[in-house]
Amino acid sequence: MSHIPSSRRTTVAASAPVPGRVATGRPPGTGRPPATGEGMALRRRRQRWRNARLATIAGVTALVVIVIPIMFGVIGGFKDPGQLQNNPLGLPSPWNVDNYVGILSEGRFWRNTFNSLFIGLATVVLVVSASALAAFMFARYAFRGREVLFMLFAAGLMFPPAVAVLPLFVLLREIGLLSSPWGVILPQAAFGLPLTIIILRTFFRGIPAEIEESAVLDGCSTFGVFWRIMLPMARPALAVVAVLALVTSWNNFLLPLLVLISERDWWTLPLGVQQFSSQYGQDTARVLAYTMLATVPALAFFFVAERQIVAGIAPTVGTKG
Amino acid sequence: MLPGLAMFGLLVIIPVAAAIYFSFFQWNGLGGPPGVSQTSSWVGLGNFTRAFSDSVFRGDLWRGFVLMVLSLTIQLPLSLGLALLLHEKFPGRTIFRLLFFAPYVISEVITGVLFGVILRQEGGLLNEVLRSVGLGSLIPVNGWLGTQSILLFVAFAVITWKYFGFHMIIYMAGRQNIPRELTEAAMTDGATPWQVFRHVTLPLLGPTIRVTIFLSVIGVIQLFDMIFVLTAPNFGGPGHAAETMAITMYRHGFQRFEVGYASAISVIMFLICLVFALGYIRFVMRRDIEGAVTTVGGR
Repeated sequence: MSHIPSSRRTTVAASAPVPGRVATGRPPGTGRPPATGEGMALRRRRQRWRNARLATIAGVTALVVIVIPIMFGVIGGFKDPGQLQNNPLGLPSPWNVDNYVGILSEGRFWRNTFNSLFIGLATVVLVVSASALAAFMFARYAFRGREVLFMLFAAGLMFPPAVAVLPLFVLLREIGLLSSPWGVILPQAAFGLPLTIIILRTFFRGIPAEIEESAVLDGCSTFGVFWRIMLPMARPALAVVAVLALVTSWNNFLLPLLVLISERDWWTLPLGVQQFSSQYGQDTARVLAYTMLATVPALAFFFVAERQIVAGIAPTVGTKG
Repeated sequence: MLPGLAMFGLLVIIPVAAAIYFSFFQWNGLGGPPGVSQTSSWVGLGNFTRAFSDSVFRGDLWRGFVLMVLSLTIQLPLSLGLALLLHEKFPGRTIFRLLFFAPYVISEVITGVLFGVILRQEGGLLNEVLRSVGLGSLIPVNGWLGTQSILLFVAFAVITWKYFGFHMIIYMAGRQNIPRELTEAAMTDGATPWQVFRHVTLPLLGPTIRVTIFLSVIGVIQLFDMIFVLTAPNFGGPGHAAETMAITMYRHGFQRFEVGYASAISVIMFLICLVFALGYIRFVMRRDIEGAVTTVGGR
């Protein structure tokens, strides 16, 4: 058995001032599985020690790959064009706040942010309210053509919006929604339906039928069941689909580009950033400042709603794995 | 149910159907629908034959294929490795997870603009770093974004930057579903870490991997924003070096007003998606579909 050398190695590892120590520092003799289990525990410790080294590698990689590009953008925004050109790597000297202050004191950035927020929230309200009822019916009621209809919605997952955007543009022009935020909101909501319905239907199916039955016995109407029982119970799932729809809308570019390009007052953040960068192409520091400010709402939201975002993405994988 | 159905029918089904109809016409998009409009004429499959003899469009198909292969051979394995690494317990892993995942919430436009500056020839971050460590000779004469032969790969690197965290999160969710007993049992039986990965973790991650391949391919087919911004103002890049189907469609539909031809390109994109999705679901994901969120046909 190779117990002895490995245990020695673990001792060394555990006494070294590595972060992995906390995880391995279990008092000896407490809750240790016997015999072969001990070998396992040692082995796991050894692995954790290796993991601590891997963690360092991961940390350095994360720093280089993710943090440095973003920091380059943030710090670049504090330079003037000459500094950015001549000293792209170093810190600004002096720190030039004109770019950020200028952008924040103009209406344009705030207007873009407001528009993105308005369009995003309106999309969420529409897609969630339209999907919830449909998902409930798909989950709970047998009606003619249910499976065909559901297949139709599910097939919508395969239609990338880029495919339909041209005729959509023609259609919006005909019904007079071009240059209107609704020309972005309505199609976004429609394209959001498949995923939202699928996620919510799965969730509604998981709610035990007994709960509904007892409500019906107590005299609750069908709509009452939906409104008073199912919706409140589905709150976590609703949060997930809402967050997902909001992120998708927030980042959408092609549709706002086509629909709102001639309506400057309704530009969203991505459209605003793209237009700003082509307008001030020479003044890169200013472009960086605008771009970095535009990431702030998304990142802030991300840190608040990370769990919902992950939950919205991960179950597409199939919970039964 | 009705509002959802109405919205879906009007704004998803009808446009897709309309794209198919438009694709049989030569039409500048004006004067009423094609067939009625004075400026339209029926060309049958003419737009499709034109697309397949157009070197730019054929290039789009080739570039899409290259991006797909790169995604599957580089981006996804990278994400998988990282996910498995972050699955292990060590201090700070939550922060790393957040960091790697953060680019996913930054829009493609912002990523494109930021990397446009990072990769620019003079005063860009990458070149400055390369010069300062003595690797200045690696810098292409025409710049990272101006060299036809490498532009597609540069674009791929930026795409990977934005999306590898997304795939990583999916893999991490899949990895969490693998019962710990299985990997522990294998280790007790004396399997090396590589053997555990190869014969336990990897097969059990099969369904997850198949989903990410699906999402990755569908993503490549409709790629637009990032390329549009990264290669601005000459979108698609010099010599169409990083052009995608969606960009070609945009150019013809919204700049040259060849709506019929652009519709034909849309329809081809649609057919590629459809054939790929149906084939993939039918033959590859068949076993996984049961119980997945994307359950089709119900249980």
